[in-house]
Amino acid sequence: MAKVPLTFTLNDAEIGVFVVPGSNLLDVLRRGAGDLTPKEGCAQGACGACTVLIDGVPHLSCLTLAEMAEGRRISTTGGLAVGPELHPLQTAFMEGFAAQCGFCTAGMLMSAKALLDQTPNPTRDQVIEAISGNLCRCTGYEPIVDAILTAAAKMQGRTA
Amino acid sequence: MSLSVETYPTLREASQAIGDRARYIGGGTLLMRAVNYGDQSFDRIVISREIDRTIRNEGQGVRIGAGATMADVLASRDAGFLHPVARVIGGPAVRNMGTVGGNLFAAAPFGDFATALLALDATVQMADGQNQPMESFLSGRDRARGLVVAVTVPRVSEREFRFAKISRVKPKGASMMAIALWLRGSGRIDEARIAFGTMGPTPLRAKAAEQALRGRDLTEPGIAAALAVCCDGLQPADDPLATAWYRRAVAPVHLKRLLLETR
Amino acid sequence: MTTVEFRKDLFADERDDTLHEIGKPTIRQDILGHVTGRTPYFDDHLFDGLLHMRAVRSPHHHARIRNIDTSRAAVMPGVRRVVTARDVPVNLNTLLSLINFGRDDEPLCAHDKVRFLGETVAWIIADTERQARDAVAQVRVDYDPLPHVLDVEEALKPGAPLVNEVYPNNTFDYHGKYDHQKLRFGDVNAAFARADHIVEAEYQMSPIEQAPIETCGAIAAPEQNGRYVCHTNTQALFFSLGTTAKLLDMASSRLHFIGGTSGGGFGGKVDSIVEPTAVLGAVLTGRPVRFTWDRYEEMQVGAPRGGERWRIKDGVMADGSIIAREFTGFFDSGAYMRLSPYAIIKAAGHLPGPYSIPNIAANVFCVVTNRTPATAMRGFGITAADFAIECHMDRVSEVTGVDPIALRLKNAYRDGDMKAHRRVAKNTALIECCQVAAGKAGWPLSADLAAMTSLGGGQGDRALIPETATDEEGRIGERRAGRAPDTAPSKRPTGRVAAGQAGQAVVAVPVQNEDMQIEVDRIGHAIAASHGAPVASPAPTYARQAIAPQRTGADIVPPRPAAPPQAAPVAASRAAPPAYAPPSQQAAPSAYAPPPAAPTPPASPQAAPPAEKPYQPDRPFSRGVRKPGTSPFLSGTRRR
Repeated sequence: MAKVPLTFTLNDAEIGVFVVPGSNLLDVLRRGAGDLTPKEGCAQGACGACTVLIDGVPHLSCLTLAEMAEGRRISTTGGLAVGPELHPLQTAFMEGFAAQCGFCTAGMLMSAKALLDQTPNPTRDQVIEAISGNLCRCTGYEPIVDAILTAAAKMQGRTA
Repeated sequence: MSLSVETYPTLREASQAIGDRARYIGGGTLLMRAVNYGDQSFDRIVISREIDRTIRNEGQGVRIGAGATMADVLASRDAGFLHPVARVIGGPAVRNMGTVGGNLFAAAPFGDFATALLALDATVQMADGQNQPMESFLSGRDRARGLVVAVTVPRVSEREFRFAKISRVKPKGASMMAIALWLRGSGRIDEARIAFGTMGPTPLRAKAAEQALRGRDLTEPGIAAALAVCCDGLQPADDPLATAWYRRAVAPVHLKRLLLETR
Repeated sequence: MTTVEFRKDLFADERDDTLHEIGKPTIRQDILGHVTGRTPYFDDHLFDGLLHMRAVRSPHHHARIRNIDTSRAAVMPGVRRVVTARDVPVNLNTLLSLINFGRDDEPLCAHDKVRFLGETVAWIIADTERQARDAVAQVRVDYDPLPHVLDVEEALKPGAPLVNEVYPNNTFDYHGKYDHQKLRFGDVNAAFARADHIVEAEYQMSPIEQAPIETCGAIAAPEQNGRYVCHTNTQALFFSLGTTAKLLDMASSRLHFIGGTSGGGFGGKVDSIVEPTAVLGAVLTGRPVRFTWDRYEEMQVGAPRGGERWRIKDGVMADGSIIAREFTGFFDSGAYMRLSPYAIIKAAGHLPGPYSIPNIAANVFCVVTNRTPATAMRGFGITAADFAIECHMDRVSEVTGVDPIALRLKNAYRDGDMKAHRRVAKNTALIECCQVAAGKAGWPLSADLAAMTSLGGGQGDRALIPETATDEEGRIGERRAGRAPDTAPSKRPTGRVAAGQAGQAVVAVPVQNEDMQIEVDRIGHAIAASHGAPVASPAPTYARQAIAPQRTGADIVPPRPAAPPQAAPVAASRAAPPAYAPPSQQAAPSAYAPPPAAPTPPASPQAAPPAEKPYQPDRPFSRGVRKPGTSPFLSGTRRR
């Protein structure tokens, strides 16, 4: 079982690892690159806890063959904050009680970030659509939707 | 039985590499599920560097490259009549990954897009240049060899094509049932094609209902006969989403709603 | 945005209105970790040389295991160890054995037969998860399929397949006596005879999977000095630790369990299966071992809330007063007991719901079937019963024509009412809840209904234990022998317990280990001599009755209350029903309190430190506030 080399960019850092052929990207990120922020909830594309952005677009890392990430740009929740400064989404999730057990949060944040990158002023329906692939079992979705809308408003206020 | 990953420069070569213990990976939403759960039926994964994600008008139809994702379909104006289908598949991440080609192979409760393609009488184009109508492709799908490179879908008006995905989870979950209709005629129905998803191992046509709609109008009395026979030929199964009994019981209800939907 | 409305007008005199936190947004203390992804879940601990463990699982609901052939799996690439039942030092346990409840009935790994689909028959430990899965697929198990039973009432029939030999009647044995938990209060049959309407119906709730986003899992690794560390997402760290120590026959001091944030639990992470499995793997390989369920296992093997079936029969007068209610309940425990027998006791204590009904009877069965074992989930033992009860209230409303909210108000319990399990209702608020709901819904209420209050019920008959009809039907073994065909409470009672008496309380379970006795004087409810002066009734004596020393562990019938003399003045009992502790007594322990060690009740009034003057609260006693000297686990009182 010869391992194969794999290089990609993870939150602006160059990563080179050796992976077992057939590994999924989630496993490579967690155990290979040491970024533990994406989580495994189902390994079958149902829960969204492993959501990462590949070239800015949400992907399920558990269903991404590691070899197909070669040379791609991957963003995770681990790269959301800039130094000690939290991303507005993180602040809004904190202040809006948009997490309870926290296991779905990293995936939620990635789906929300992809939305706000594309659609800075989303409607409530657009937010619901954007996180429709992310399951949360604890909080109910309302505080999460509220937090994303709050973050969007804040980001607009800041840039406007 | 460790896995190996083989990368080929062209679809044709990748197609030739597919065999008994080798599977092609498109978006990964089906294949990586199997990998993650230790599927023992294959140990080689085939990748092609050449991927066809183009969507373009071609003659009377729209040609969609098998590598086009659901997101690609949603971004294409030419495939506008298929947006209602692509939009209800998975969440955004799944739509960024899942391909049209892969959807043709999705077992119930997945395969909503294939259900629509069956109703629309699409043509499946294989890497060896052969073409097959959707229906015969689906019936021989488990024995299929080679790679799908594209599908060609007759261009239809939004008035003629109707689609409903019935799911128990809002805003979205796996299909309890999907129904696609291609209805031609003005006032009265001259020709109807009805496809059900998740009502059998592959999407299936409700031919008795199609027959019963011919020459009728879209009114409650007009469609009554079709509703009565709409489950003929379908093979729904029990799964965690619903029982076969329930699926049969509600199929006419959902078909009726879709037929009588005002546009 | 959701808003919270505080109805401070309700029970205003019982509460000081200094709600410093409630109603105001508060930043969770763990949320920074959540939003930055830094919260460490069990699987976020990285170990060099981590091995992966996967289970071989039964494809049958019920089958004898003839042979397990692991020879091909053992030589697969990456395989470090094949583990079978032989490797488990003490391969039999029941979760509640740690509190001396129930019999050991469940192996960590099946050896002679499998009793549910997905039961573990072996494990593989390999370098990668994929290798472990590949090797699992190569284990050949020769099964001899047996007839299985998946329905609770089928399982009770005399010819039903025997699922678990530890419970030969397919039922949990309650109190060493009956195959079900009995509840008797008053005389339902006499009341049915004079009721204007009889309303009967059956309700059922399917098993429900807790479905946390993070599946159950643990990582165990050798530490120094023969210790093992275990990172787990258990909801019950010390259950898991104790269970591991027992199954692996290992001193608990050698186990270093680290819990912490779990990615959702909802009751599904108490069963302590992944922890002993992972530690076993670490012991056998000397390497860090990760054992985690995948989503399929979480759904199929992970214990759900058990399915329940309830039949309710009400005797109702034309004006909507419910005068009798009878329950027949079936809990589907699945192949093993785990927490289900306890859930049934909880359910029996809850019946008949938040209503004061003078005649109650219930038979509740904990049934063994070939389904996935059931366990805890959010209010288990109560949820399905309440679903059934409230559906039934609507049905009673339809039959009698009494408005559904009026019906609930009319029958609602109030403070001071005697409940069927011989505890006095307190902190009741159904009436106020219905009134507010009616108001919000614009539902008209008559003036007298709108003026009702939960305060000040419980006078007269409502506070009393009625004369109660009893029976002995459903003794252990009778049903399987075909001698107890009826599951509903008996229509031919054979005994009567005088009004005011609790009868034989067969709910409390005696403590079997001396060192597990709770010493009353250590839990902070010592009674001042001058304060808790016993009243004239024999109630406190009854309550403090210790377990007779000669009682054996097998005989789990708790002490019969020191029976008041036959001639005990009923009036006196009525004034102070045994289980009801009036405030002046400062929470006399009831029959449900852990009995103090025999022979000397340590907290007798004489033994307690003398108080200079009776305790006087410096402000009104409020909800949820501990009064000094009162254990929250005992019968505190709020309203006076």
